[in-house]
Amino acid sequence: MSSIVEIKGLRVVFRSRGIGEHAKVAIDGLNLSVQKGEVFGFLGPNGAGKTTTMNVLLGFVNASGGSASLFGVDVREPIARQRIGYLPELTYYYKFLTVEELLRFYARIFGIPRREADKRIDDLIKLVELEPARKRAIKHYSKGMQQRVGLAQALINNPDLLILDEPTSGLDPLGRMKVRDIIHRLKNEGRTVFFSSHELGEVEMVCDRVAILHEGKVRVEGRLADLLQKYHANLEQIFLQIIGYQPPIRP
Amino acid sequence: MTAIFAIAGVVIKELYRRKDFYVLFILTVLVTGVMALANFFDDDKMVGYLKEICLLLIWISALAIAVATAARQIPAERENRTIFPLLAKPVTRGRVITGKFLGCWLASGLSLIMFYGFLGVVSASRDHHFPAVNYFQAMWLQWVFLAVVIAMVILGSIVFAAPSSNATICVIAVAGMLFMGRYLKMIALTQPEPVRSILYTLYFVMPHLEWFDVRELVIHGRGLVPWVDCGLATLYGAAYTAVFLFAAWICFRRKALN
Repeated sequence: MSSIVEIKGLRVVFRSRGIGEHAKVAIDGLNLSVQKGEVFGFLGPNGAGKTTTMNVLLGFVNASGGSASLFGVDVREPIARQRIGYLPELTYYYKFLTVEELLRFYARIFGIPRREADKRIDDLIKLVELEPARKRAIKHYSKGMQQRVGLAQALINNPDLLILDEPTSGLDPLGRMKVRDIIHRLKNEGRTVFFSSHELGEVEMVCDRVAILHEGKVRVEGRLADLLQKYHANLEQIFLQIIGYQPPIRP
Repeated sequence: MTAIFAIAGVVIKELYRRKDFYVLFILTVLVTGVMALANFFDDDKMVGYLKEICLLLIWISALAIAVATAARQIPAERENRTIFPLLAKPVTRGRVITGKFLGCWLASGLSLIMFYGFLGVVSASRDHHFPAVNYFQAMWLQWVFLAVVIAMVILGSIVFAAPSSNATICVIAVAGMLFMGRYLKMIALTQPEPVRSILYTLYFVMPHLEWFDVRELVIHGRGLVPWVDCGLATLYGAAYTAVFLFAAWICFRRKALN
């Protein structure tokens, strides 16, 4: 199988910003490989380095050492992002635009021809059920609707790899189910999904493989079914054990 | 190029969906309109004064629109975090800078067309004379001036964190260049070393924005600037714009966005 995401010896150090402040090692020697068609869960407590790793993959942050590639292309090359879709944790869109205008803008960025873009925009607006609101500015949308806009923009280029940062955070149960459905549909189409989440129940439902990150290092990586069997526990218990959580002693 | 035009399109949409431009345009129309109605002391030179005030307002308003629009582009993208979904697409930071510049510059051009259109109406109604070519040349040179200013503000928006401080610094710098630029060499002559050398260097390094200001020619009907000079001024402006945009790209290229 070919690697879609390949990270080797990745190291990210944030320089100190003030006097007396030390440089912070966010990622330390991270190795990771995600294969074609996998749904990969990237887990870890807050501050473990998940978002930093994603930021390196997306070219927002430069690695201090090691390498990272998407589809065999160095992540520093913009072309590496031609076949990916990215859904950020929160909704970061031009709120003065309508969903239709926003999707058309991203379609132009990808260089999708106008006729094809029109069709894809219609399909995506239907998929995320925003048809009645397609002519309204995004600033008038509810949080759930804005999250659906995010999902639509992540799919505008029909991506082979979808990078999702906490895709279900802030969504109601119906919204979560829809995100799960989309992930399953993409998996059935042979696409790759790389996502971070704190919702371990969701992860158990959709992931083939997971990695648990703690203090900038991968502590555990493997097929979900193998891990559950090896530890004789559910994912939450494995997670707590890996990060060294000691439950409080009750009197 | 498609990505650059797409980014520029969003900048233009943002401008006409905000209120800033309309407020400035209406203010310019109101101030000039009220002045046009008055006829102080039956003075024949009234039309000249009217044009002078109208052009001054156009310069102030266009500068305010250009600086305010350009200053918030990159900081707003970072603050609202819209830069993340954008840079997660196959678009380089250089294209983002170019697209933002192009959007601000085209938006300023649209504002100038409206302002000069209004000036034409005022001039034609009071002066019964409409020197379209003179207005076009003045507008063109002002637009080139705005290109330099917008590129400078975009560079400032990457260096300085807050849009307000960047806008203030840039307005002061532009005002300094407009009013002091031409006298800097003479001031240098009166100064001892090393201040003299510093001022001389500054005189030759900074963009001479005052060269783009041909209001006096328009107000007093002194004819056109030779088209060759106009072309050279355009090249001069384009060179400074390119330098500022290149510097902006250098600063933005390796900036961590976390």
